[in-house]
Parts: sequence; C-alpha cells; structure tokens
Amino acid sequence: MVHPIADTSYKSWGNYPQAAHRKILRPAWMDEITAKLLTENAPLLAYGLGRSYGDSCLNDGGTLMDIRGLDRILHFDAEHGSIVCEAGVSLGDILLTVLPRGWFLPVTPGTKIVTLAGAIANDVHGKNHHVEGTIGCHVEQFALMRSGGEVVCSRDENAELFAATIGGLGLTGIILWAELRLKKIASAQIEMDSIAFSSFDDFIRLSSDEEGAKYEYTVGWVDCLSGRKTRGIFMRGNHATEGKLQTHPEKIKLSVPFMLPGFTLNPLTIWAFNNLYYAMGRARAGHSQVHYDPFFYPLDKVGEWNRIYGRDGFTQYQCVVPENEVMAFQEILERIARGGQGSFLGVIKKFGSVRSPGMMSFPRPGLTLALDFPFRGEKTLKLFAELDEVVAAANGALYPAKDPRMSPRMFRLSYPRLAEFRRYVDPSLSSSFWRRVAEEKA
Amino acid sequence: MSQGLVILGATSKMAQEVARLAAKEGREMLLVARNEERLEAVAGDLMSRGASRVESIACDLADAANHEALWASIEQRMPGFSSVLLAYGTLGDQQRAEQSVAYTLRELNTNFTSAASLLSYAAAALERKKGGVLAVITSVAGDRARRSNYVYGSAKGALTLFVQGLRARLFVSGVRVLTIKPGPVDTPMIAHMKKGLLTASPKTVAATIYREMEDGKAEVIYVPAYWRAIMAVVRAIPESVGKKLKF
Repeated sequence: MVHPIADTSYKSWGNYPQAAHRKILRPAWMDEITAKLLTENAPLLAYGLGRSYGDSCLNDGGTLMDIRGLDRILHFDAEHGSIVCEAGVSLGDILLTVLPRGWFLPVTPGTKIVTLAGAIANDVHGKNHHVEGTIGCHVEQFALMRSGGEVVCSRDENAELFAATIGGLGLTGIILWAELRLKKIASAQIEMDSIAFSSFDDFIRLSSDEEGAKYEYTVGWVDCLSGRKTRGIFMRGNHATEGKLQTHPEKIKLSVPFMLPGFTLNPLTIWAFNNLYYAMGRARAGHSQVHYDPFFYPLDKVGEWNRIYGRDGFTQYQCVVPENEVMAFQEILERIARGGQGSFLGVIKKFGSVRSPGMMSFPRPGLTLALDFPFRGEKTLKLFAELDEVVAAANGALYPAKDPRMSPRMFRLSYPRLAEFRRYVDPSLSSSFWRRVAEEKA
Repeated sequence: MSQGLVILGATSKMAQEVARLAAKEGREMLLVARNEERLEAVAGDLMSRGASRVESIACDLADAANHEALWASIEQRMPGFSSVLLAYGTLGDQQRAEQSVAYTLRELNTNFTSAASLLSYAAAALERKKGGVLAVITSVAGDRARRSNYVYGSAKGALTLFVQGLRARLFVSGVRVLTIKPGPVDTPMIAHMKKGLLTASPKTVAATIYREMEDGKAEVIYVPAYWRAIMAVVRAIPESVGKKLKF
C-alpha cells in the first residue's frame, strides 16, 4: 500500500486533536478555486488562521485549503461604511484599514487574528451581542465556490444557502469573498467600567436589558477557583465619543517561541485575570478609558499563547443556557471544583435577542459561559461529559468552534435545524468535526 | 519622494506587498500584469489601503512586441511617475528545461530578454526625467549557476549584469538603479517547495525593498541581508568542486 505524505503542520488552536492532511492547497487568487478543484480534492476543508479550538478547522486524512493567500481588500466604501474582502483577510487587517477613516467592526470576537471567512463560518459573537447580534447579522453578501460552481448569496439571492453558510462551519462551500457592513465610530478609545460581582444574580442584574441598553459592550470574568462562592468582574463599555483614530500595532512584540512543557496551571489566563484586577484597581472609581486593542484583544498581545499549554494542548468548554437556567452555571462550576481539574477563569456573557440569519448559529437568547482547560485526556473528557448532562438538562447548547469532543447527541440537541442544514452541505466538503458529530450512519 | 510608482509584474506576491506599503503612504501607482481580473483585485486592495490613485494596464510582459505601446500608454496615464519596480519572473521547471530547448528559451525570455526590453524603455524615460529610481528584482540564484536551477539562475544572472550596466549609464542623469536579490521568499512561486529556515516572509522582504527604494543609498541589496554572506561563500566554491554539488 502506498502511504501518502501526510502533513501535520496544520493545527487547531487547542492543539487537540491533531490531524494529518493528505494534501494542502494554497491558492493565491480566487480564480484558482474552481468547482473542479473542489471535486478533485474531496474531502476538502478551508483553513484560515486556525483559531478554532477543536477539530472544526481540521480535516484528518483529507485536503486542507489554506486561504490566507486570499488577503486582498477588494473594495472599501469609506463613505457608507462597507467593505468587500477576500476570504482570508483578517479582522485585524480590516481594522487597520477602516479605523483611520472612522469605522469599526460591527461585531468582534476576543481575537482579531481570525479571517473574515472563518468569522462567518462560525458566526462569531462578541461583547455587543445583546445589541448587534452576531457577525452574520452584518454580512451583506458573499460568493461561495461549490462543487456545482460559483454562487453569490445574500438575504435576497440564494437566501437559504446564505443562512446555511453563516455558522455553517465551512461545509456549504468555499467562501471566496464577502461584504461586511461597518460601524461608525469617533474614537479608537473605549470608555469602560469594571465592577466586581459576587453572585450570578449580581451578574444578571448588571447585564439586565435596561442596563445593557446603556452599554454596547458587556462581559463578565468569573474566577472559578473560588468554589461555591462566585466572584468576578463585570466589564462594560462604549466607544468614546471623541479622540484619536489610532490603530493597533501591526507587529506582535511578545511571542511564545515554542511549546512549553505541559503545566498544571494555565498561567496566561491567570495573568490576564490579574491584569484585569490591576486595571480595575487603577481605575479606582471603576471607570477608565482604554484603547480598543487591550479592551477587546488582551491575549493578542502574546503571539501563539496557546503554546503555554504544551503538547497535550488545551480546550474550551463553551455553552449557552436560557437565562432562567442560570443555576446550571453554578452546578457546572461546582462539578469542575469537585473534579479538581480547575478551569481558573471563565468568561460569561448575556446574549441578546437579535437573531442571526445563520441556520446553525450558536448564540441564542440566554447566558453563555466559556471555560479554558488544559487537556488531560480521559479525565477531561469525563468531566465534559458530565457538564454536557447539565447543559442538556437546561436546554442549552455547545459551540462547535470551541469543541474537540461533543457527542453527536449533544450536537443534535444544540442545533435543532441540523436536518435542514444537511441539505446545503457540499458533497466535496467535510471536516474532522463534521464526520465526528454529524455523519449519518449508513 | 512621493510621486507615481510604476510596477511591472504587479500581481507577484512581493510586488503586492511593496505596493501596499506605498498605498499606506497615499501614493499613486500604475500596475502592469497579464491577468486583468487579478490586476483589478490588487488595484482594489491598494485603493482600500490608502493609495491616492491606481491605474492598471493588462499586458503580457513576456512579449516584447507589446512593450513600445505599453510604454506609450504608461507615459500617457501616469506622466509624473518617478519610480519603476520590475518584479516579474518565473521559477520554471529545470527538468522540463533540460528536455525542451523551446521551453528553456521561453524561460530565458521571460526572466531576461523581455525584462531587458522593458528596462530599456524605462531607462530612456527616467533618463529624460533626469531623476527617479529604477528598481529590479533579480535573485540570489543569479550569483552562481547551480545544477538544480541554472536556467532560472543564468537568466537572473544576465539580468543582474544588465542592470549593473544601466546603473553606470543612468547615474550621470541622476537616476538611481537598485538591484534587489531576494533569497527564497514564501510566495506562490515556491509553494510546491519545502520551506526551510532561510525562507523569508514576503512582508519582511517587501519592507526592506520599499525602504531601500525610498530612502536608501545602496546599489545592490540582498534580502534578507544574510544572503550577501551566504552567496559570497557559494561564489567562492571552486568550479572543480562546484560542478559536483547537487543543490
């Protein structure tokens, strides 16, 4: 038997699981991505900046198409605030281009080192979900290359495929370019408050609809080491109404040069947490003005920070539950504390009711909790299976972008429109994640 | 200096990165490359990133029969240009060249003859302007012929000599001629090759090229700079040994 050369250099952000790819395609131009290229390289998956934690960006045994060569901004309308980009343009690059002209991303996740296509495929959300929804709410149109040829999708044209692609995990076609509506801003600074809270009820009060309406950005950080006692910091902010339109530094100065040995702690998140406490202390009255870069992207400052978790990798557990099921979070934190494999820092956020066009969108009205864990094999998997039961009982859902292990059952429970979505999955496309959670039994 | 920049081979990865730096400074540019659709994508990118004006002309640069008309059109569309960057070339397939003389000649034409033709027009234009910069991307491969890529290497070597000659001709007119010798750069040109430690990123290489074109004084640059030392060693290998080397 011939053993094809396998490429193991493409990894997910959590470094777990690993995958060996049969072939890597590196197109530099949109015209190189043809229907024939798809069918000849099936099963195929597009790969961007590899910030998905689990295996939704991997295609073990198949072909990966590295789309980072598609990095051109095709059109920027600085008057009306819209931008058309090739698939591989990063959100950071968009900011560098649009911010000096007074525009900002309508929605941004906690890192700007993601491609626009990846952001659409995962229908990413940010601290302003309660007012702006997901990024999919701001996508005007995009072009998809499918096994049957190129299709332009918008709310009016090929609307079903548009809906299936937003949050569609790259399975409905290769995004060639996309158009995004931008947000008008007057300053690169954020007016921010930090407030300590000591129970989930406190958190819910702070992120109530009335309070939320006053602040575009809200998020909470929960200290999970405190066991039964919940404590954390609530952060809220708005774009400053005047100030300089200064972009973030283009170069990352500090980087983790290689895999560190697996630590029992995750020092970087603790570092981030301590920094937050520090920032809060410095702000005394709880108010401060900060640049958007540290406000939205504190960890982007450290290049390849995922390497601090070592070769075994790490993962995140992110779920959403309806607001009246918040006690599920208490239960989750207690189980984690009991299991003794501590996540040290959790991010909590109240989602709003703005509906994404995405058929498979993760955010939905309720509360979301995201917890980092070093990956410890069976022990971690067992804990997560326990947490799944809590989430399922609370009618919650899990987030594929963060997941290396959810069961087909959890996936089905999380995504009620799965059966409808299947119809739009391109026959040439697949991923490790998709084969794991959704492949129909023959 | 912040007048027009003419880029020949504007869809090459290195040229695109140089052009982005120029765009950020709000410069105007005229792009020439073969593929119209790709040119349009590059032009859109440069306008989005701050270029004050971008003109593009689709033209097969490898065909010298096009060059006279091309130059007339460049002079007409951007008469105020002050710098010219020649950035096109093909790495080619050495094995195929060894089996086909026609292919060898085609590669030599793309990488040398057609470039010499274009540079002759560019030189005359800048000579008339009595100033400006003529920058040409050759390659470290032109410093010494190697078993594995001597067709490409000899064309780039000839180009390096041609540019050296232009430098001697043009300096009396106040025109600066810059020879740029990149080592392997992580571009689609070498996408099929295994990337080693010495493979540089196009962004880094472009930053050096643009800085040198704008404010530099050098006549020949190696990018990254360590290639100057490496090639000094490679050139020093005697023929009796060199002919036995496989690389």
